[in-house]
Amino acid sequence: MKESTLSVALVFPEVLSTYGDRGNATALAHRARGRGLDCRVIKVGLHDPVPRTADVYLLGGGEDAAMLLAREHLRGQRSLAEAVAAGAACFAVCAGFQLLGHEFVGPDAITRSGLGILDVRSRRLPGPRAVGEVLAESTGLDVGFLTGFENHQGDALLGPAARPLARLLVGTGNGHDHDEGVVQGTVVGTYMHGPALVRNDRLADHLLATVVGALEPFDDEPVRRLRLERRNAALRPLRRRWPLRRAGLASRERRQP
Amino acid sequence: MLALAPEAPRILAQSRDVLAVSGTNGKTTTTAYLTAALATLGPVDTNDDGANTAAGITTSLAAGTAPRVVIETDERWLPWLIEATKPSIVTLLNLSRDQLHRHHEVAHLAHAWSDALCSVPHVVASASDPAVVMAALAARKQTWVAVGSRWTQDGHVCPRCGGECVHEGADWGCDVCGLCKPTPDWWLEGDELVSKQFRLPLRLALPGEVNRANAAMAVATAALAGVEPSQALAAVRDIAAVAGRYAIAEHQGRRARVVLAKNPAGWLESLAIVAGTTEPLILAFNSEGVDGRDPSWLYDVPFDHLGGRRVVVTGRRATDMLVRLEMAGLTDIASTTDVLTALEMLPEGDVTVIANYTAFQEARRVLAR
Repeated sequence: MKESTLSVALVFPEVLSTYGDRGNATALAHRARGRGLDCRVIKVGLHDPVPRTADVYLLGGGEDAAMLLAREHLRGQRSLAEAVAAGAACFAVCAGFQLLGHEFVGPDAITRSGLGILDVRSRRLPGPRAVGEVLAESTGLDVGFLTGFENHQGDALLGPAARPLARLLVGTGNGHDHDEGVVQGTVVGTYMHGPALVRNDRLADHLLATVVGALEPFDDEPVRRLRLERRNAALRPLRRRWPLRRAGLASRERRQP
Repeated sequence: MLALAPEAPRILAQSRDVLAVSGTNGKTTTTAYLTAALATLGPVDTNDDGANTAAGITTSLAAGTAPRVVIETDERWLPWLIEATKPSIVTLLNLSRDQLHRHHEVAHLAHAWSDALCSVPHVVASASDPAVVMAALAARKQTWVAVGSRWTQDGHVCPRCGGECVHEGADWGCDVCGLCKPTPDWWLEGDELVSKQFRLPLRLALPGEVNRANAAMAVATAALAGVEPSQALAAVRDIAAVAGRYAIAEHQGRRARVVLAKNPAGWLESLAIVAGTTEPLILAFNSEGVDGRDPSWLYDVPFDHLGGRRVVVTGRRATDMLVRLEMAGLTDIASTTDVLTALEMLPEGDVTVIANYTAFQEARRVLAR
């Protein structure tokens, strides 16, 4: 197990935290300290170099212009890719997730290159924006069910080096094959805000364990309660539709399996 | 009425002086302040029932005949209002993230405002908010009011060009296109409202810096409409509650002051009001449609400084709030089903209830019984 203080780099929170994604750093620190581990959150400002030596890197979601600004400041910096190649964990949400891929398509329909850390390409989702509760069963990792809230217009096409993070029960996620998110080595990408690591404690522990090895158990009763509440809330519309579906009267399913 | 007679608002606003107030936060209070200030000149109509979209505004216009009308306008409906009623002055308070499940980007709203404001003769606008300034520059004339803002998280990307907007103290500016904080005509210095000609003590009955900002916007607007600023201030100073906001209710020896906070900027300001006290707090939190169905932004608001006081959470998303407080390092947070039970769990004396929109309405209802 790693001895020194665990460092979590929160990358550009001033532009990449539209939906509380900085809470992912809070969750990691909370769960690390719950095991008696020292944890330091480093807020990396737009003009700061991304550190090479952090243990976990977090990138959040952002509005379109904010995402492009973050991209400008990340381009040409090799430290994130080098840290990941050396075994650092990385968790990226929505715009941050798209920025780690090979390329993404903006609202102006222009395809722009990403950092190429993930074997993923993102385009625009056809149809309305994907907004709502997400419920998925983890498949790319063994972290139980995943709960979050999505709000995006992007999809994710996974290349052979990447595998889906989870299979959707509710929500749009990657927009293909009922998949949500991606796992590739020590990097996890997702469209789930929430913030996702608050709502998904085992996913947070997976990132911590990537760095420090096996963790002591840490039960967090309020989080357990929140997960069950959000799972029930996500399933409620499905349950409401169930009698109609049996009667053959259900309207078009909303991208559900 | 609007469906049957789409021209109704235009006809009802004809030959009346319409003043509009819009922004993410502070609309209702600023509208009440401005209405009180303008009432020193003569009769004023307003939509003080909170109905601030097309149907409610049309009904309010039809309900009175006063020569002046102050219209609180939902920020998404401002372009419609400008087109329909041709306001002489539009007061623009702030723009920040709110109900993001429906309104995905603050920048889109700012651009919609900018397009609509071209036809407006004069705006009174916050100089402290980049999105407001970008939009307000489209109007023919501007009066700038520097009201300050704790919430800057929507102001780091230039709303005009997408470059970086740098904040230094109360100043801000974009290095790429040059959009920057304009020189204010009015500004706040502590509890004083200041312009080149005036220095007026505010001494408001309503608490917090956020209400000083609301009063500054209202007095600057009233001054433009011909009210002597000291008279305007005298008219607003003693207003102690606006549509239930900040109203105090008694329940079994507890004096509960109910504060509305709808979004992260609102929570930041409301928590600042109680920051200097150790008064017990009730945080009531829902996520119905008008509250925003996604409370992820709770993590954009710091709660760490609430330590050392009794806190009870309630509402249909109380568990989200409970977890948020736990993540902020707060322990011994109680959770319960409703505001009255929450009050009874706290010692007798003063209590502040901070609630988002539907939770606020519910708290008002049960406390009024």
